Amino acid sequence: MDDLMTVVDWSRWQFALTAMYHWLFVPLTLGLSVIVGIMETIYFRTRSEKWLHITKFWMTLFGINFAMGVATGIILEFEFGTNWSNYSWFVGDIFGAPLAIEGLLAFFMEATFIAVMFFGWKKVSPGFHLASTWLTALGASISALWILIANAWMQYPVGMEFDPAQMRNVMDNFWDVVLSPVAINKFFHAVFDGWVVGAVFVCGVSAWFLLKNKRREFALDSIRIAGWTGLAGIVLTLWTGDGSAVQVARVQPMKLAAMEGLYNGKVGQEIVGFGLLDPSKTHNDGKDPFLFDISIPYGLSILANHDANTFVPGINDLIEGISLTPEGDTIRTESYAERIAIGKRAHEALRDFDRAMTDGDAAAMAEARARLKEDYRYFGYGYLDSPEEAIPPVGMTFYSFHIMVLAGGYLLLFFILAVISSARGGRLWERKWWQWVAILTIPVVWICSEAGWVTAEVGRQPWIIEGLMPARAAISAISASTVQLTFWMFAAVFTALLVAEITIMINQIRRGPENDH
Amino acid sequence: MNDRLNKHTDPQNTRQTEESLLRRIAMLYVDGFRSMTVGRKLWLLIIIKLFILFFIFKLFFFPDILSRDYDTDAERAEAVRESLLSR
Repeated sequence: MDDLMTVVDWSRWQFALTAMYHWLFVPLTLGLSVIVGIMETIYFRTRSEKWLHITKFWMTLFGINFAMGVATGIILEFEFGTNWSNYSWFVGDIFGAPLAIEGLLAFFMEATFIAVMFFGWKKVSPGFHLASTWLTALGASISALWILIANAWMQYPVGMEFDPAQMRNVMDNFWDVVLSPVAINKFFHAVFDGWVVGAVFVCGVSAWFLLKNKRREFALDSIRIAGWTGLAGIVLTLWTGDGSAVQVARVQPMKLAAMEGLYNGKVGQEIVGFGLLDPSKTHNDGKDPFLFDISIPYGLSILANHDANTFVPGINDLIEGISLTPEGDTIRTESYAERIAIGKRAHEALRDFDRAMTDGDAAAMAEARARLKEDYRYFGYGYLDSPEEAIPPVGMTFYSFHIMVLAGGYLLLFFILAVISSARGGRLWERKWWQWVAILTIPVVWICSEAGWVTAEVGRQPWIIEGLMPARAAISAISASTVQLTFWMFAAVFTALLVAEITIMINQIRRGPENDH
Repeated sequence: MNDRLNKHTDPQNTRQTEESLLRRIAMLYVDGFRSMTVGRKLWLLIIIKLFILFFIFKLFFFPDILSRDYDTDAERAEAVRESLLSR
């Protein structure tokens, strides 16, 4: 078991490393593509050389970022087949469709229209070029959609039926998968987050030009577009974040409890604005989970249910079986101990099915299949020995969530000031301290964005598929040393590539807007 | 009028138009790559990256375990069932 958990842990770290590396590029692609689209639209309408230069400069940086990110997501698919083969087989049918569509769209839309974007300035009409730029932006977002649908399915598995003969979840309703409320919220949250990342990048780089007292008009014009895009992006990100919180409260209440370090919920539950967790806290020791905290009364009830006088279950409540219905009402459901028993019953039914299949006994197969179907919803709990194993790492989930929220609040303030200042002639942007603030906001937005993913992914542990498959069942029968080796290889290659790529980006920024690609 | 109609429906003309379109698309890429400055370094980086990913990592370190070890889907399903029931 120890060796299995070592493989699980190393595989998790490897997946986290590659996913976080991939996510360095994706949001900037999503955001910059929209900002470049707006800039080119202004050029198209004014035919001003100034806006042509502005568009081309940011388009070049978009291209560099796009090239940097190319194929970094493919590695995740490699890992599915090698490290997570059980999982990969178990969900193959569900994941196959969205990932295949993503691959086709990514290849055809992006490869075609990006080529026109970069090579077509003098070869196609301005209208066709502008359309290509917007189609690239649209293609990037649609590409993200399918990946996020696949991820959302893991958080909220719907639209499928488990076939014990194939050992696969077979999609029985494509639209349930695609239009899952978790998927829709996740998609818009991630795309709008991309706008914010792109806008901060443009503001930060423009502030660097202002700090160096170079290309002031170019910088202020860029900031004007990015400021509004960022403000729209952060408001929409907060709005969809609120939608995500409501969804999490219903479909992953344990994650919400971990996000808040909440062990025993109540009606009118406060939300922790800032807090320091007691690292020695265990779920049943009766100790206060916080060494220090500042809380907002009723905040979590409002966030989870949009109603100050509602109940939000904590970790202990959930273990006891007190949860929320999809409508947000409190419900007494199976305790985690009961779920474990039901899960083990499902495993027994699968064993019986396997035996009946070997014996060629169709009646016994049908009977075992029916029992499995009845108990399948808690199949994953059958791998747990105790309810505590279903508690995610509270510390990492709590801190990543609060880093994301605090950084998001800061970004809202940043863009309000950025837009007000731009509208009043940009006086704030003339101040050196504010220019530094804008530059230093670049790492903040990435930390915020990555922290959001850490919250989403760590908060759903131990599940790789919520309630159906824990990470330890999903892992392949491979040795820990193999994963360790490839982990360090990835770390070395990624570091080298990142350094090379950031160097190219910085050099291009230094060359300024007069030098097109 | 008939001449114009024939020009559009004549298979040879259609083929020429298609070839011309394909040629224009190909030239878009060729000229684009030729006129690149920073793009060339990027392409070098992309090629190195793709080589490392597909020819080193994928080939030597990231086999699809189930495809490698089993020949049929039934065998793969059996292997996964056995694995899932033994944990």
